[in-house]
Amino acid sequence: MNPAALAWQQFRFERKLFWRNPSAAFFNFLLPLLLLVLTASAFSADSEELEVLIPGIAGMGVLATTFTSLAFNITILRDEGVLKRWRGTPMPAGSYLAGLLASAALNAFLQVLIVVTIGNVLYGVDWPQDPLLLVLFTALGVVCFAALGIAFSHAIPNEDAAPAYTNAVFLPVIFISGVFYSSDDLPEALKAIAEALPLKHLIDGLSEAIVGGGGDAGTAALVVGGWTLAGLVLAVRFFRWE
Amino acid sequence: MTPAIEVVDLHKSYGSFEAVRGVSFAVEPGEIFGLLGPNGAGKTTTVEILEGYRDRSAGEVRVLGRDPQQRDRHLQERVGIVLQSCGFYRRVTVREAVTHFAKVYPSPRDPEETIALVGLLEKANAQTKDLSGGQRRRLDLALALIGDPDLVFLDEPTTGFDPAARRTAWGVVRRLKELGKTVLLTTHYLDEAQELADRVAIVKDGRIVAEGPPDSLGPGSSRYRVSYISQGRRVEHQTDDPTELLHRLTSDAVARGERLEGLEVTRPTLEEVYLELTREADAA
Repeated sequence: MNPAALAWQQFRFERKLFWRNPSAAFFNFLLPLLLLVLTASAFSADSEELEVLIPGIAGMGVLATTFTSLAFNITILRDEGVLKRWRGTPMPAGSYLAGLLASAALNAFLQVLIVVTIGNVLYGVDWPQDPLLLVLFTALGVVCFAALGIAFSHAIPNEDAAPAYTNAVFLPVIFISGVFYSSDDLPEALKAIAEALPLKHLIDGLSEAIVGGGGDAGTAALVVGGWTLAGLVLAVRFFRWE
Repeated sequence: MTPAIEVVDLHKSYGSFEAVRGVSFAVEPGEIFGLLGPNGAGKTTTVEILEGYRDRSAGEVRVLGRDPQQRDRHLQERVGIVLQSCGFYRRVTVREAVTHFAKVYPSPRDPEETIALVGLLEKANAQTKDLSGGQRRRLDLALALIGDPDLVFLDEPTTGFDPAARRTAWGVVRRLKELGKTVLLTTHYLDEAQELADRVAIVKDGRIVAEGPPDSLGPGSSRYRVSYISQGRRVEHQTDDPTELLHRLTSDAVARGERLEGLEVTRPTLEEVYLELTREADAA
């Protein structure tokens, strides 16, 4: 089989595994949606809040399905020796990783689609103003946070430490990056940290695409793009099979 | 015939620690070769260099005529690896795992037949998390064999097995030999090496201290041990010529009108040779 066909086979294998692990499916997939419904219900009277929340949860969904999920899974795969096992077969490294990443990317896109749909159907938020820009920003977010997730997995010592490490990044980042409320309301110091990190800018871009006028899409793309490059370099440079 | 594995003066250092210090051996096609040695002797480092996981510090290595350090896909297609301890996806069935891994090889074995070969047919639909330790090890073996390799690396394949499961696994390894595969077996079970290997090398402190067929190995291995019970105590003699010794012992006993209770004539087991050799290496 050629490398592209093998990547496709690996992708299908990863999909099968994903739905068989209920707790992973819950944390990566249903938890963000649950948070959306709970928070949106609390704010449902306020359309301005909803226009912050829908792009915010979409951005959080991208973060959870790529960064958190990959950092976590790659640590487990490495720690348990599954990566080493693949390394001992003729499976091309590129095909294996492409299958793994494509599965995470599909989760991210599904997540964004569901969040936007729930926003429209349940809360009356308009359909995205610029669907193409939404796809482009989601794709950029996927590449950025997937690369950062793989890079971060190198820093996690073992699978027992994985939940603590990933949550130590995930939770503070979503609280300062304007997922649940506009990050403009934050104290200056936290705002400066959020400005330097990619999630706030991804949410700005998603906001521009979904509700329009969320912020400067060019700056957003530039910052997320910068983190993408850094993530890719670190992910490749320090990759460990065992 | 070109050897399946050829290792010449292999060295591997981690910083200032030299894990492998000049190992040389060759494994012929179709042979089962055992690497024996205590933990930390350098067995696994040596095998992982042959498998392509680690780069060597010095020396020459050829596996099926190629350099494993190049990580060339054609070599990996012809090699099957059972790692020492290796987890797996928990929620995949035996059949799904074997079928999926078959896809990466150009001419794989039939998945069903491979599952049957390792004796997992009745567990083919079980997820790996529901397998026993021994069954999981047999899945490792099935995954190593699915590509129909010419050469199989087995690193401690029966660690943690109960005696019955070990017998079954040994049967599978013998079957590999019948299929014409070359096997490099690492083990710390001496009976396993004695049972399976055509030749063994005993590794100690990064060096091979003895090499040969298990029955003829090392200093003292040609000695016979003759023992019997006399006045309630077991008396033991060692000799290179048991005929002469037995003749003398039995004549003396007959002359005294005694019986040689519990008379035994034994060759040293691989275990004794191994203990003797590793002790010598300690003293040196």
